[in-house]
Amino acid sequence: MREFLNMGGYAFYVWTSYAIALVVLVANFIAPMRRRSELMNSIARRLRRERSR
Amino acid sequence: MNEPSLIRAFTLLLRRDLTLAFRHRSELANPLLFFVIVISLFPMGVSPESRVLQMIAPGVIWVAALLATMLSLDMMFRSDYEDGSLEQLLLSPHPVSVLVLAKVLAHWLVTGLPLLVLAPLLGVLLFLPIEAMPALVASLALGTPLLSLIGSIGMALTVGLRRSGVLLSLLVLPLYVPVLIFGANAVDAAAAGLPVTGQMYFLGAMLVLALSLSPLATAASLRISVS
Amino acid sequence: MWAFLHRFASPRYFYNLSGRLIPWLGWFTLLLMLAGLYLGLVWAPTDYQQGDSYRIIFVHVPSAWMSMFIYVVMAVASAIMLVWKIKLADVVAQSSAVVGASFTFLALVTGSLWGKPMWGAWWVWDARLTSELILLFLYFGYMALRAAIEDRNTAARAGAVLSLVGVVNIPIIHYSVYWWNTLHQGATVTKFDAPSIDVRMLIPLLVMALAFKLYYFTTMLMSARCEVLERERNNTWVQELAEKKA
Repeated sequence: MREFLNMGGYAFYVWTSYAIALVVLVANFIAPMRRRSELMNSIARRLRRERSR
Repeated sequence: MNEPSLIRAFTLLLRRDLTLAFRHRSELANPLLFFVIVISLFPMGVSPESRVLQMIAPGVIWVAALLATMLSLDMMFRSDYEDGSLEQLLLSPHPVSVLVLAKVLAHWLVTGLPLLVLAPLLGVLLFLPIEAMPALVASLALGTPLLSLIGSIGMALTVGLRRSGVLLSLLVLPLYVPVLIFGANAVDAAAAGLPVTGQMYFLGAMLVLALSLSPLATAASLRISVS
Repeated sequence: MWAFLHRFASPRYFYNLSGRLIPWLGWFTLLLMLAGLYLGLVWAPTDYQQGDSYRIIFVHVPSAWMSMFIYVVMAVASAIMLVWKIKLADVVAQSSAVVGASFTFLALVTGSLWGKPMWGAWWVWDARLTSELILLFLYFGYMALRAAIEDRNTAARAGAVLSLVGVVNIPIIHYSVYWWNTLHQGATVTKFDAPSIDVRMLIPLLVMALAFKLYYFTTMLMSARCEVLERERNNTWVQELAEKKA
């Protein structure tokens, strides 16, 4: 396991690469999910406002 | 109503643009002054030593020409857009791409051509060897029309926006990369006493490609921006 | 055939269909990516020249492939939008831009992280890295142009023209950068061009490439759904959906 994490002495480069890739991919995945729920909320809110008028 | 023939429309538009340009002579001189000033900054910023300047001269002259052309793109369509004559142009019965070509040609005549004349003088300032001067002028002669043609697309896309200066450079500069590479390299090779026909062929081929395709893209972009 | 295409291009149908598709795509992407990680980090043998540092290849190369693939998808979608006036194609182009720029960025960063142990420098003006950098500028230009134009229809068409101009220029830029690089290549050794790649390294690479492709389709569809919702927010079907959710 130690050996695996060490990556033959290149641990910093290899793991940084994979970490940055993970962060970018996850961010791109989460962003549309959040945007969709925000959109849904704002549409529903506007509808309620118009009804109550 | 008699419609003028296509050739006549082309020459009329060209003459109109040239007349307009010569009425604002100071505006005409600005890109040229910019070209000269940018180049004269390098000896102060880098080193006045002839060996160093000689080495960076081709790249510096080419980058300055690139930036000067880009800054002058604004006068290609901006005033026409503001006074409505661009709309008239799009309504004309002639193919817009040909008329666009006339405007690009006018732009090149007032900005690109003077650069060609000035470039050898600036080459002297940067200690560019005399053998490289023909290559410098020839590469600029093939390259500056390319810059005007490619730039016309970016200008047409951004003409409807109020503050478009930085955006225009973001759109256009990446597309200028091949011109810069072959142009600067031709001068570099000539300074080293190497043949430059290959680079000239590439510049020529790109010019033919841009001549045939970019007016179409510019015409389409103008339609989008004006509508 | 045409009837099917038009039905598919209707926003509501697209929204429902993609909603059913995304979970499948997402799980499959995750599965493939985990497999690719295992194969790449554990199963693939150590390179005799570069040691374990070469394992960056399994993110670097698929990212670079995707960065170009996505630009082509954008251009094709733009052409479809311009010719057949299908709005959905523009949604696809717009949603692709961010993912494409992310992959280009990833290719650059991982290339730099790979370059440090191999070349001894964080950045080398290597042909691939340079053309990747210019590709990133092209993506930024596209996004900046769309953001600068307020009218959605104008922005869509202007962006479409720009992406088509870009796709014509990419091969020229690519080629000229390679040509430039061969002239100026001094002491740098391009270790990226392995003469032949071991099968045990190739398989993880292909698995990762497939995973990245599926990932792109998943996230692109997800952003496209948001975009459809936003554009159709005044239609009853969207409002009904929003009420049910709230």
